[in-house]
Amino acid sequence: MTEASDAIVEVRDVHYAVGGRAIFDGVDITARRGRITAFMGPSGTGKTTLLRLITGQAYASRGSVRVFGEEVSKMSNRELFALRRRMGMLFQNGALLTDLDVYENVAFPLREHADLPEPLVRQLVLTKLHAVGLRGAARLMPSELSGGMARRVALARAIVMDPDILIYDEPFVGLDPISMGVICRLIKQMNEALGITSIVVSHDVHELATIAHDSYLLSGGKVVASGTPDELARSERAEVRQFMGGLADGPVAFHYPADDYRSELLGGSK
Amino acid sequence: MNSATDSLPVAALRRIGAMTLFLVQVLARTGPALLRPGLIVRQIYNAGARSLVIIMLSGMFVGMVLGLLGFDVFQRFGSEDYVGVLAALGNLKVLGPVLTALLFAGRAGTALTSEIGLMKSTEQLTAMQMMAVDPVRYVVVPRFLGGFIAMPLLAATFTVIALYGAQLIGVQQMGVDPGAYWSQTQNAVDLRDVWEGVVKSLVFGVAVSLVAVYEGFHAVPTPEGVGLATTRTVVTSSVLVLLLNYLLTAAFLTTH
Repeated sequence: MTEASDAIVEVRDVHYAVGGRAIFDGVDITARRGRITAFMGPSGTGKTTLLRLITGQAYASRGSVRVFGEEVSKMSNRELFALRRRMGMLFQNGALLTDLDVYENVAFPLREHADLPEPLVRQLVLTKLHAVGLRGAARLMPSELSGGMARRVALARAIVMDPDILIYDEPFVGLDPISMGVICRLIKQMNEALGITSIVVSHDVHELATIAHDSYLLSGGKVVASGTPDELARSERAEVRQFMGGLADGPVAFHYPADDYRSELLGGSK
Repeated sequence: MNSATDSLPVAALRRIGAMTLFLVQVLARTGPALLRPGLIVRQIYNAGARSLVIIMLSGMFVGMVLGLLGFDVFQRFGSEDYVGVLAALGNLKVLGPVLTALLFAGRAGTALTSEIGLMKSTEQLTAMQMMAVDPVRYVVVPRFLGGFIAMPLLAATFTVIALYGAQLIGVQQMGVDPGAYWSQTQNAVDLRDVWEGVVKSLVFGVAVSLVAVYEGFHAVPTPEGVGLATTRTVVTSSVLVLLLNYLLTAAFLTTH
């Protein structure tokens, strides 16, 4: 397979600004078929925004975002919805529909998009729930689930339409180590067993190192480093070392920009 | 385009414009939403059945007050028989629809706004979009229609109970002759008066439901944002109901 057809998501020289503040200033990213690609970076570097650009929830002011070779910003609403049916997305807190139980949440995309007989729906839903280990929780309401369970249900919902791409938005945030391990294992499993191209946005360096094939480190609106997690860990660049090592001060300053400390303290009331 | 710096009239106009556009969006998706009657029935239950107790209680008390007030005023002129007329016309034309709409805004309207706002702040609406499901069609339209259908039914319930409450005081307690009470009422009330109440409750149903779903759907997706949106639903829909009530009352009087 050639290099070009291998790229499922291509982000080229993307510029994006919100309210005059530049979020991206020329970002290039490629997610390849069948691989797990990680976007890492400090909070507020626009990792989630990048996902919004890829899924067509926002459009870049310059540059191109292509998914399956098609320019996302040029799609009609209908084409965009067709594209999204080929994508599964896992939201930070699961984003389960609160008025439906676990079973109906997973069945939701099927009921909306496919006119399937009820026994088939049941079979699909139960297999997906079994894959995430929650077949027994089918009749619980989302309010009765722990954070980790909610995310596993959301994962079952994300794969119920058999997508080509799975997108994970901060899948590890706020989870205990056991749940984190479970989610990690599931991401790997989905990728290997189903051959799904996966994109993971996170700042949990250690979890990502165990699952990602390619990773990109975003900072200050640019990709400051890319490569395998190992390559990033060995990097000598200051931005990369600060992030990978969790150092409090560095290129990302500890102090928010302020006037001179001494003169402000001695300057009296202001 | 900066809405924060608008003067009050401009901001108000902008909101009216935005709500009108939203109504058009909602109506455009009503056709496809009607294919899923289950969703609408559930919202009629949520907005209607769950407001029933407060509506019935309030209707009873309002009717009883009308009975007391009417008796007190009319007995000064020796015409207590007219208590029923006051209660019937007051309830059918004004109090029934208006008070139901205000209570409905407080009970069902706030519930709609906070529910949709919460769905927004927990990314449920975005998740639907990502599953290629239009949240306006799936979430907003059934709730709007549910409110729109429930409101006239609630107003009718309120009115009937209020009429009972008025006769409870007027006839049972104060001793107005029941024959005189009901015949005066029957003479004074025209089908037109009933019609006025029905039209009002339909219009108020649209107004309150629209404000509630609009505020929820456009809430800032944070806890503060949802709280603020809920407050705005009560304030906006209450003022809107009272304003529309005046306009409709005037319109019905001039076309008499």
